[in-house]
Amino acid sequence: MKLGKKIFEIIFHARGGQGAKTAAELLAQAALLEGKFVQAFPDFGPERTGAPMKTFVRISDEPILTHEPIVDPDVVVIMDETLLGIVEVSKNLDEQENLIVNSTKDRETISQKTGYVGNIFPIDATGLSAEIIGEPRPNTAILGKLVNITEVVKLESVAEVFREKYLDKIGQEKTDKNIQAIEKAYDSI
Amino acid sequence: MTDKKKNIALTGGAAAAEALKQINPDVMPVYPITPQTPIIETYAKMVADGEADTEMIQVESEHSAMSATVGASAAGARAMSASSSQGIMLMAEVLPIASGMRLPILMLVSARAISAPINIHGDHQDVMFVRDSGWIQIFSENSQEVYDNTFIALKLAEKAGLPAMVIMDGFQTSHSVENLEILEDSIAKKIVGEYNPKNYLLDFENPKTFGPVSLPNSYFEFKRAQIEAMGGVIGKLIEINKEYSDISGREYDLFEAYKMDDAEKAIVVVGSTAGTAKVAVDELREQGEKVGLLKIKLFRPFPYKQIADALKNAKQIAVLDRTVSFGSVAPLYSEIANATGKKDLQSYIYGLGGREIFKEDIKKLFQDNWENKKVKYIGLK
Repeated sequence: MKLGKKIFEIIFHARGGQGAKTAAELLAQAALLEGKFVQAFPDFGPERTGAPMKTFVRISDEPILTHEPIVDPDVVVIMDETLLGIVEVSKNLDEQENLIVNSTKDRETISQKTGYVGNIFPIDATGLSAEIIGEPRPNTAILGKLVNITEVVKLESVAEVFREKYLDKIGQEKTDKNIQAIEKAYDSI
Repeated sequence: MTDKKKNIALTGGAAAAEALKQINPDVMPVYPITPQTPIIETYAKMVADGEADTEMIQVESEHSAMSATVGASAAGARAMSASSSQGIMLMAEVLPIASGMRLPILMLVSARAISAPINIHGDHQDVMFVRDSGWIQIFSENSQEVYDNTFIALKLAEKAGLPAMVIMDGFQTSHSVENLEILEDSIAKKIVGEYNPKNYLLDFENPKTFGPVSLPNSYFEFKRAQIEAMGGVIGKLIEINKEYSDISGREYDLFEAYKMDDAEKAIVVVGSTAGTAKVAVDELREQGEKVGLLKIKLFRPFPYKQIADALKNAKQIAVLDRTVSFGSVAPLYSEIANATGKKDLQSYIYGLGGREIFKEDIKKLFQDNWENKKVKYIGLK
């Protein structure tokens, strides 16, 4: 986080239907569980499946008053590698900040495509979720990586919130597998 | 467990639904038009899950939604609805019927732009369009205020015998997850109380009629009585705010004066932008600038006297409207000019159709010259 900044800010870039909004809300609820103040909101627009979209998360130890969109993030997450080079992902993202990309591409390729020369963390969240959950659901898995890099919340908080929110909806097995995917992404290098 | 339940994070729409669940209204006619909001989506699920036993009536249009709400309320039910944008436009014919029949209907509104051109984003054009429909209008800054205002407005509507709108900013509040504290169910239930309408159609012992023909020999008197009822709202709201503040521990007033005590330059703003503006004010204060803001909560009826008093020490005032009045000055500007008697206020229009407004925009406008009297536009390309 930049000097003097009190609010940790995250931008998720994704395509409509990839669950970026869900990921953002899970992260916010996990921070809430730790007694933090949060904000999670999509960059508002008609929700169209497949269309590029953004969603924002703010996490702070103090109440959050602002309602402006995030323009100076501390970390950017790209949920879909086909967005590389299409949307501007590194605006105001300093070199010592972090870009997390769901991709099988290497750092260099991502850097070339985005023009970002700071910390890049590629993770094959789609492959990982397909392998563990049996479905391509990068949104939960990528949270593991985000938590590992930023330490903005504890991994256990994300798992607890996921369990609380989804156990009734998707059952024990799928819940466990999603959490497993989050944990595996957390541990991945 | 209790603590955990009290501190939650919800969208403004879901916060309204949480309050509705605790209120558990008798009837709620709704129409899931686009743009609908998370208010109905969330509350309909709560009812379907058996968490509340409101009779949800899915009607065929927003016009019908308000008509059915009027019918249910006149019959003696605690009746509510929710709407937004074009939905409000379609309801517009029925809104003065609700107020003219003096029905204490509560409506949750996610304020948005109106067509044409088509736009589903947030601004205040829909609610400002119906500001003369005889409804009480209370604006909210965030999820917490949406939740609290839902209880406050319900009490106020029932005490005043007038319908009330609780307004949140479309998207900025309706779709943003934010922290809020909610009341214990038992406390919420006590605040809400039993609904005992004085006049209702199903009172067979004392038959009454609602909304009959009233010709030139009586119509004027009905309207005069309605004006009186509206005039009594401010006093009632002050009482309700006090009670609610005591119970909730959160301070509620007709408006919020933020760092106004020694403010030389003050802005007047309404809705979610007040939050962003507070950060701007804080940062300018750190640089030693004497700036402040007045956030309007109650817009109808407009508390002229109290607002004039709150603004009396400010040397310069700018008013931010998120709507327009074509061929006239903007609505909030007009009210503030009326309240203060000052004709040299600065008027700003911002955020139409969801155009973003940033803290830096607000900091910059404090540096502007506010004396040339021309309307200025924030964020216009």
